[in-house]
Amino acid sequence: MKSTQLHIMVAGGGVAGMEAAGTLAEMGYRVTLVEKGDEPGGHLLQWHALFPDRRPAEEVRSYLRKRIEHRNISIITKTTVEKIRHHISGLEVNLSGGTSEKADAVIVSTGFDLFDASRKEEYGYGIYDNVITSAELEVMFNRGRVAKADGTVPSRIGLIHCVGSRDEKVNNNHCSKVCCVTAVKQAIEIRKMLPSCEVFCFYMDMRMYGPYYEELYRESQEFYNVNFIRGKVSEASVNINNRLVIKVEDTLAGRPLKMELDIMVLMAGMEMAASGMKLAEASGMKRGINRFLETTDHHYGNNLSGIKGVFYAGTCTAPMNITDTISHARAAVAETVRYLNGR
Amino acid sequence: MNSELFTLPFNLGLYFILIYSVVRSTVWFRDLSRPDKLRLQRGFFGKPFMDSLREIFSESLLHRKIFSKNPVLGYMHMSLAFGWFLLIVFGTIEADFFSEKHLNPPSHAIFFRWFNPEHGAEGFARIFSFWMDLLLAFILSGLLLAIIKRFIPRMMGMKKTTKHTWTDRIALISLWLIFPSRLLAESFTCGAYGSGSFLTGNLGNALASFLPAAEMAPWFWWLYSLSLGTFFILLPVSRYFHIPVELFLIFMRNSGITTGDRHSSYTEVQTHACSSCGVCISVCQMSSAAGIHDIQSAYFIKGLRNDRDIAAITANCLMCGRCEEVCPVGIELGPMRLIERRQGERSDRIMKLPEKYSLSRKRGSTEKILTQAYGYLVREEPERADVLFFAGCMTHLTPSVIVAMKKIMDSAGVRYRFMDENGGVCCGRPLMLAGRDREARELINHNSDMIWKSGAQILVTSCPICYKVFRESYYLEARVMHHSEFINLLIEEGSLRLGYLHKKVVYHDPCELGRGSGIFEEPRAVISYVAELQTSSQESNMSLCCGGSLGNLTLSSGKRAMIAADAARTLTLGSPDELITACPLCKKTFAQVAETKVSDIAELVAAALPAPRAAKAKTRPPRRAARAVSNG
Repeated sequence: MKSTQLHIMVAGGGVAGMEAAGTLAEMGYRVTLVEKGDEPGGHLLQWHALFPDRRPAEEVRSYLRKRIEHRNISIITKTTVEKIRHHISGLEVNLSGGTSEKADAVIVSTGFDLFDASRKEEYGYGIYDNVITSAELEVMFNRGRVAKADGTVPSRIGLIHCVGSRDEKVNNNHCSKVCCVTAVKQAIEIRKMLPSCEVFCFYMDMRMYGPYYEELYRESQEFYNVNFIRGKVSEASVNINNRLVIKVEDTLAGRPLKMELDIMVLMAGMEMAASGMKLAEASGMKRGINRFLETTDHHYGNNLSGIKGVFYAGTCTAPMNITDTISHARAAVAETVRYLNGR
Repeated sequence: MNSELFTLPFNLGLYFILIYSVVRSTVWFRDLSRPDKLRLQRGFFGKPFMDSLREIFSESLLHRKIFSKNPVLGYMHMSLAFGWFLLIVFGTIEADFFSEKHLNPPSHAIFFRWFNPEHGAEGFARIFSFWMDLLLAFILSGLLLAIIKRFIPRMMGMKKTTKHTWTDRIALISLWLIFPSRLLAESFTCGAYGSGSFLTGNLGNALASFLPAAEMAPWFWWLYSLSLGTFFILLPVSRYFHIPVELFLIFMRNSGITTGDRHSSYTEVQTHACSSCGVCISVCQMSSAAGIHDIQSAYFIKGLRNDRDIAAITANCLMCGRCEEVCPVGIELGPMRLIERRQGERSDRIMKLPEKYSLSRKRGSTEKILTQAYGYLVREEPERADVLFFAGCMTHLTPSVIVAMKKIMDSAGVRYRFMDENGGVCCGRPLMLAGRDREARELINHNSDMIWKSGAQILVTSCPICYKVFRESYYLEARVMHHSEFINLLIEEGSLRLGYLHKKVVYHDPCELGRGSGIFEEPRAVISYVAELQTSSQESNMSLCCGGSLGNLTLSSGKRAMIAADAARTLTLGSPDELITACPLCKKTFAQVAETKVSDIAELVAAALPAPRAAKAKTRPPRRAARAVSNG
């Protein structure tokens, strides 16, 4: 069978889905990209700049947009994939509108949800005005103005690492990998935007695992005077001047610490997307201990679902940065083609 | 037919157990503290004594409590206990009535049929014989259930039954043998003499038709006597010691003796009064939700009785109190576990049999001597206020509760001071639950000082954990109120104007507030005032533990989540709009697992407040809440 006649569905139009769809289309396959939002792009749509080099997120966005401008790709938005099931002539994919499509293979790239920070009630997200998430800070960067809820300029901002990551109490034992370096990047951006505003990062461990991450961390201290305090914030409250008061233990100095902040930024971690969980539940896809999709082998089968014709790409399998997501999506394409050729 | 040699095992056993019981009771009495001695002496006259007799009749003999929980299990206990009791009473009457002599030795009554093989032929004696056979049949029916329970516990509605030690097993076998051997012994004798009523007579005739009844009978009388004797001699070292000890416990409890905070005769008596019935195992969420089957109170008490190393069992408990609620014997299991936590570790050793008979056990005190642990706490001069609000450290982790309480108190115009707004000192309860009373006492003294100096008349707390310790371990002039009680007071006195929320909600009783402090009605009154309150299958004194308990420092997060998810599922069976609780810890625990929105009672009430009309409330200075206290 010629490849142009083969149809591949991609569930989720974030970074992984767009890259996978683009690569497949380029190879001559007919691709349908299903996206639950108004347009493809995923979480990247909200982002201002990317680590480690602080390049504008728009550069990667426009790369991905071009990637899916291809006559072999049709895009369905405001739709989710509900269920994948085997059919005599291949796979049948049920969509949220009640329609269904036939496909020869499916790439699942449902991605992640940002951890709902109100589940860590002790940080006061949703209760105190000036407690925001890292994603909301990024929106502020996009608007070009970082300010308190009442519009005034902050003089001290605290970034709280590991919110919803590495936290047994919220049933998330995993590390979300990208928050440490995002915090460093955001701290630098705050310092550049508001030179008189102090920035404190409260961390458990600094996991600077990627190329140029460590350099960025060093730069933040040497050139931008970002303060790093090793310790987890235990609770937040508001004092009479409507400033946030946080309690934290400085575990390097070995003593408790109380600090006033104008804005507290919660570095919300990654969780398996709710839409992906529903799909997995309905289609019999296995999930691991941290609820992400389980691949058949985490070394050499990291795109394989164990279900014939179904492949995984991107953060639906584990937290990843953009670099790794793109590589993972291309690997998923390779596995898909190998499967189609071997049929 | 008058050799009395076979009565020897029975007589030995009986006199042994009688003398042993008297001596052991005396030792226990001797070891009581002076006030408890006085209580017990006073308890022997007047109402407590009558109460005890009534309780012994309804619980030790009829087993009413077990009956109400599980009728089949109740019948089993009743037929064995009450049936045996009646058999002894009427056996004694029979022996006394139909013998030439009066005041016969007990063996004469027990082995009446042996001494009077032809008795019961006619008239009144015939009716009496029938009655005695009926009692024996009654007991045997209970015994049949006991055997079924041992081998197929599920048939008796029990999830689990307790595991036995070897002395328990021998005692159990001898207990099981008593009544069948009596049946056979009497039947053979009746068969040989053509006497007996519907049971022994008919069975005797049937057996005599193909067996030499007269030769067989002595063997079974021997067996009957031997099993009675063995049972009595093993009684003090087996679980069946609970039968006589429970009587002693009832007298002690009705005299007003409580467990207190260290080992005493009373804890010894409670330890031995446990029948290992296993009712506590069935209600334990650690078992039903988290798959932990070896730490329940029955095992804890057994370890205590046999002086085993039970540190792990002692520590691994939610301290929710559900087991204490259902214990048919009324053992204070929570306080008992706390005493053991204070005790620290004990070495694991197998007790030799003679040791088990020893009259009083000296449990080594390993209480650690510590220098002051909280010397660094700064004593402040508190502002004076009518109402003092103490959020507690758990509430600081649920700031929405604090925000809601501030709104409510401002709206009602309460003049209050927020005692731990900038961080306070722990109430001491977590340390107490961990068995560290000495350290807890330091914190209690610190906080008491602050509360006294503030001159407050009401101390309001949002945390049931703090609430319990404020009420029980602090000496305060201020009236201690949980915020649900305080909000109820504000509603009752008309200080709070509230709208009605069109919501269905279910209420979860926090362990420390409900079972722990007896506050069941006030939260329900408050909730019903602002929303529609659903009922749940597990509420009030049988409410579930949320799994977040501070009483357990060893349980893993995963197991806690299992308990929490199971409890949340049970509570939200009626698909309420919100799951309401009155404890910050319950709220946090449920919020991680429940699909229903979880709120504190204060948040629910705050949501029912009318929209604020610009800072007007602040200028109003009523002191109604404080006045309400002096009025009532």
